[in-house]
Amino acid sequence: MADTVPRTSPVRRAGHRVPSAPARPARRRRTSAQNPLWALVFIGPTALGLAVFYIWPALQTLYYSFTTWGAFGGHTWSGLDNYTELAHDPEVATAFVNTFWYAVLGLLGIPIALTLAAALNGPGRRGVSTYRTLMFLPVVTMPAAVAIIWRWLYNGDYGLINYLLSIVGIQGTHWISNPRTALACVAAVGIWSTIGYNMVILMAGLKAISPHYYEAAAMDGAGPVRQFFSITIPLLSPSLFFVTVLSVIGSLQTFDLVYVMIGRTNPALPQTRTVVYLFYQKAFIENDRGYAAALAFVLLLVIIAVTGLQFRLQRRWVHYE
Amino acid sequence: MLNRLMAAGVVALLATAAACSSGSGSGGGDSAGSDEKVTLTYGLWDKNQVPAMEKVATAFKATHPNVSVSVQVTPFDSYWTKLQAAATGGEAPDVFWMNGPNFQLYASNGVLMPDLKIDSSVYPAALVKLYQYNGKQFGVPKDFDTIGLWYNKKILDAAGIKHPTPGWTWADVRSAAKKATNPAKGVYGLGGLPAGQENFYNTIYQAGGYVISPDGKRSGYDDPNTIEGLKFWTDLIQEGTSPSMQEMSDTEPLKMFESGKLAMLYSGSWNAVELAHNANTAKSVDVAPLPAGEKKATVIHGLANVVFDRTKHPEQAKQFAEFLGSKQAADIQASTGIVIPAYNGTQQAWVKAFPQYHLQSFLDELPFAVPYPISKNTAAWNTLETDLLTKAWSGSMPVDQAARQLATEMNQELAKEGK
Repeated sequence: MADTVPRTSPVRRAGHRVPSAPARPARRRRTSAQNPLWALVFIGPTALGLAVFYIWPALQTLYYSFTTWGAFGGHTWSGLDNYTELAHDPEVATAFVNTFWYAVLGLLGIPIALTLAAALNGPGRRGVSTYRTLMFLPVVTMPAAVAIIWRWLYNGDYGLINYLLSIVGIQGTHWISNPRTALACVAAVGIWSTIGYNMVILMAGLKAISPHYYEAAAMDGAGPVRQFFSITIPLLSPSLFFVTVLSVIGSLQTFDLVYVMIGRTNPALPQTRTVVYLFYQKAFIENDRGYAAALAFVLLLVIIAVTGLQFRLQRRWVHYE
Repeated sequence: MLNRLMAAGVVALLATAAACSSGSGSGGGDSAGSDEKVTLTYGLWDKNQVPAMEKVATAFKATHPNVSVSVQVTPFDSYWTKLQAAATGGEAPDVFWMNGPNFQLYASNGVLMPDLKIDSSVYPAALVKLYQYNGKQFGVPKDFDTIGLWYNKKILDAAGIKHPTPGWTWADVRSAAKKATNPAKGVYGLGGLPAGQENFYNTIYQAGGYVISPDGKRSGYDDPNTIEGLKFWTDLIQEGTSPSMQEMSDTEPLKMFESGKLAMLYSGSWNAVELAHNANTAKSVDVAPLPAGEKKATVIHGLANVVFDRTKHPEQAKQFAEFLGSKQAADIQASTGIVIPAYNGTQQAWVKAFPQYHLQSFLDELPFAVPYPISKNTAAWNTLETDLLTKAWSGSMPVDQAARQLATEMNQELAKEGK
């Protein structure tokens, strides 16, 4: 029984191929270039990965969002119940507002990255690669490690930040436990850890701008500021658009920094809890997986809507050469 | 080639399955059955306890030569997520650790093997009861912990306060906290996070309140006595004898206690190891029973060993779980000083592990120990407790209002469990 299976199948496979090969010899070159099958072969591996690891789970999440879960895998269809509950849950509304603020504050990182990129890109700068490496380090550092170090820095009683402030006579607050400052402080760490990435993208964009534009502008009497706004910004806009889209999507998915920096009994948790944090809490702490699936799906829709809006708006300000 | 491999794999798999099924049977006619070797998996989360657990496994092998035990450690943070997924897929360890808050969730969903044989007279009654569900015994008590009043002798001596005694009341501990507080040095008297087991559950029971009704259907947070138990902590914060919620969130009270910034701390017996190994607290702190409110009370919680209901080796797994509850296993654990074994009479070894502390206090509390409050989905209302009581602790919501809202929302969660 075990013997027959492997012996027959390779033979059968070869048998199919042999007669089909010489059937269209004259057109072989054209067909091999234009045959859509070849395109499939090339995108196949990526498409398969995407389908298995992203699209299929997303569809499953959509399905699960209409169900109520038992703790150990069983689930029952509950229609729109999760979505109705979600619409009336004040925690969800707060989480979306908080997430929105992370996204807005996160955008502040782009002008900073742009300034740094422009400064490093100027003529005759020395040690550019050293600075670029230093700025990029936070990007390659583990977010959990970053969060823990910043948690110490922000400590209200023993933190370095308050110590430095006390030298100049300022009494600092408990930065990440004070509901008024916590969100901004967490967002600042997010900005700090992505500046290097944005900066490198923008530096590449700056390098692609031909120096002739600047020479021409200088001859026409434009100063550095005018050059920056009339040449650099418009010609850099595709790169700026790219980092903006990624920054917003990244901010909308904020989780790790909040999870590590803001403890379960932090009084500022309601003011800092993001949608993904709430998703984690519902799915893995409270065992309410169906509800969490609905929350994840709503977030997906929001991200699609915001990104779609950005693509519509890009016609107004993004210039492709 | 691939097909041949797969075919071979299927044959091997079938052979293994056949071997397994013959192993769990009586093995009457088959002479190979009696020699069958079985390896049980044992899931736990504390790597400090692995050496003791491996010793217990070796002791078990002495009487059951065909059964080996492989200890699998998963850190606590991911233990429950992983266990839940494994249990769903039928791949949970044969025997594993269980705690109170998760117990009913697992028992009510048929994950655990019922009717384990234990001698209930040799363990504290509250622990035996904790692992019963619908009148059936699902867990063998492993160890337990109670809460004590840890205090820094140096700070109390400097402030001229007599050391706590078993006769202390709330009034005593409050006035001591007030005297020990020294804003100039950044020293506070007594403080605690809104954590149930270590802090407010104890004071709730001491005030004559309750967290959940005995039938598990109603929240006790709207009971005036329960609210008194919560006020114990919020009053300390308002008086300034406790660090503020923001300070405790930045630097947890245990760390403040260890660095001499907190004079007294309600904390568990499990912290004896930590405090003994910290040079700051190794000699300068001690422990007394919790001060009494309307009455004396401490929360008792303990772990149990449970058996996975769908284990491939039910007989051996059951025998191992029951052996884990024996005096022999308890003695091995006691000598490490890490946990108090549940088996009565073996606890003295634990008390002697750190002779500089009066650890007997934790055992003296047993007569008035209250079981840790749980229901079927404890986690759902534990989140509510943390969220709402954090507001009360930080002063953004009055404590009685927070407690009443907690009662309403907790009752909604408990109603869901009944479905």
